Amino acid sequence: MVEFWTSLPLFVQMLIKGLAVIGVIFPIAGASSMAERKVAAWIQNRPGPNRAIPFWFRWVPVIGPFLQRLGIFHLMSDGLKMLFKEDPLPGHVNKVYFILAPIVAVTLAFTTVAVVPFGAYLNRGGQVVPLMLANVDVGILAVFAVASLGVYALILAGWSANSKYPFLGSIRASAQLISYELSLTISVLPVFLWINIPGGDGTLSLARVVEFQSRAGFWGGLWFVFLMPVSALVFLVALFAETNRLPFDMAEGEPDLVGGFHTEYGAFKWALFFVAEYSHMLVGSAVFTLLFLGGWNPLPWISLAQFAGWLGLEGSPILVGTISIVIFLGKVLGVIFLFMWVRWTVPRFRYDQIMKLGWSGLLPLVIGNLIVYALAIALIQK
Amino acid sequence: MPYVVERTPLTFAERTYLPQILGGLKTTWKHLFSPKVTLEYPEERPTIPPGYRGVPTLVKDPNGREKCVSCQLCEFVCPPKAIRITPGAIPADAPTANVEKAPQAFDIDMLRCIYCGLCQEVCPEEAIFLQNQYSLSGYSRGDLVNHKDRLYELGGTLPDLHFKWDKKRAAEQAGRAQH
Repeated sequence: MVEFWTSLPLFVQMLIKGLAVIGVIFPIAGASSMAERKVAAWIQNRPGPNRAIPFWFRWVPVIGPFLQRLGIFHLMSDGLKMLFKEDPLPGHVNKVYFILAPIVAVTLAFTTVAVVPFGAYLNRGGQVVPLMLANVDVGILAVFAVASLGVYALILAGWSANSKYPFLGSIRASAQLISYELSLTISVLPVFLWINIPGGDGTLSLARVVEFQSRAGFWGGLWFVFLMPVSALVFLVALFAETNRLPFDMAEGEPDLVGGFHTEYGAFKWALFFVAEYSHMLVGSAVFTLLFLGGWNPLPWISLAQFAGWLGLEGSPILVGTISIVIFLGKVLGVIFLFMWVRWTVPRFRYDQIMKLGWSGLLPLVIGNLIVYALAIALIQK
Repeated sequence: MPYVVERTPLTFAERTYLPQILGGLKTTWKHLFSPKVTLEYPEERPTIPPGYRGVPTLVKDPNGREKCVSCQLCEFVCPPKAIRITPGAIPADAPTANVEKAPQAFDIDMLRCIYCGLCQEVCPEEAIFLQNQYSLSGYSRGDLVNHKDRLYELGGTLPDLHFKWDKKRAAEQAGRAQH
């Protein structure tokens, strides 16, 4: 099988890999929307969506009712509805940009996935090789660069809709995204100061960050969330703001903006924005997991290589790769659950509070944090 | 009694929001696993409290006599004019012939009814009651007009033991002016 795979042209290999990753992300983004509704329901002491079921599935004894209670079929029917309902194009919009905006949103959201490693396997020499679509050395920089282009989708959508609520929504959203991007970017600098040891190769690769969290020894095996709690916290808060999640969902703000920047959208174009939002969440959670939660290492001080050694799986890279992907996805879904949990706990901030928190709260905090860590790292690694 | 609320300045911990957010997360975490309060309607039905005013219905007395004497007071009092009664005579050879009248037709248009209960209030014979029926649906306007047979089906029997008309007849036969 491996020989057949390597005999394929590189182009075909990359295409299959890319489609496989998108084929995983699209359903996860959809499932997140159902998880969102279920978590919301459970927190509010409701059972949540639990009705839809195809009539023939009712005959499956235990699994049928269980899946029905989980609302799996609601998810499918919602997705199908989005595909098949009429796609309205209001007469007052700027048509080219109106259609372009959701395409931009979803393209950028999926592009960031390419540089995020999502698992690892052990090669014949016992080295950990990350699984990713494009192993570029600029890693985190590529994620930030592409993800921050996402603000153009919001601006395009809000402006081309030629309507006041989308316009206000997109202005708010772009101001918020730009404000919190600073804190987000600065908060990860201590991590990269720490992993770029003087004399070694300079790197911004996310896989290297995980490698650094799976070294031997007390300090080596410690996840960066314990080593740099302030960075992790600020990164998480800024991530909430960047993905437009409550308590920072100024872009939508249903009570005062109807639906925010996508008020005029419907059907599949709206669904694309939706998928883009959840993909941003997914990629954001993945980056948080890689940077601060040890990536695919099962527990602090237990690296993937050790774990595979205990299970006696060094010789089977496919099994190790699967286990690493499961561990990694588990952590990512945990972070996504945190997103939902916080959403139903913390009420929305006012716009001025968001700006105040961003500019005079988080930004000085991360700059101070950076200075402290830069000095400490300079002393330790000199 | 008016009183002044002390507004102490926020402490540093409070100004970071974090302890409050963690406290809130704890609360919502508990709710995540607490029993659900939803009543899953078609499978589970609500318990109707006493005194509930549902769909108006007609009742019979324990002997099976229809209590309505078609005096039409409910028809006159009905604010949205939902009730329509066609009075009819009771045949002279019937055992309850002394009641003289009974409704030939009794229609309540549930599209008009406002569930005010004035018909029940005004009825001198205790023949019409707003009962527990709360779920009402139909495929046409005609489906939502309750005719006499449907009204008795919904209403059932009122277990009162007045037997007013039997006593009246007994008094009449005994030659008393009053029962």
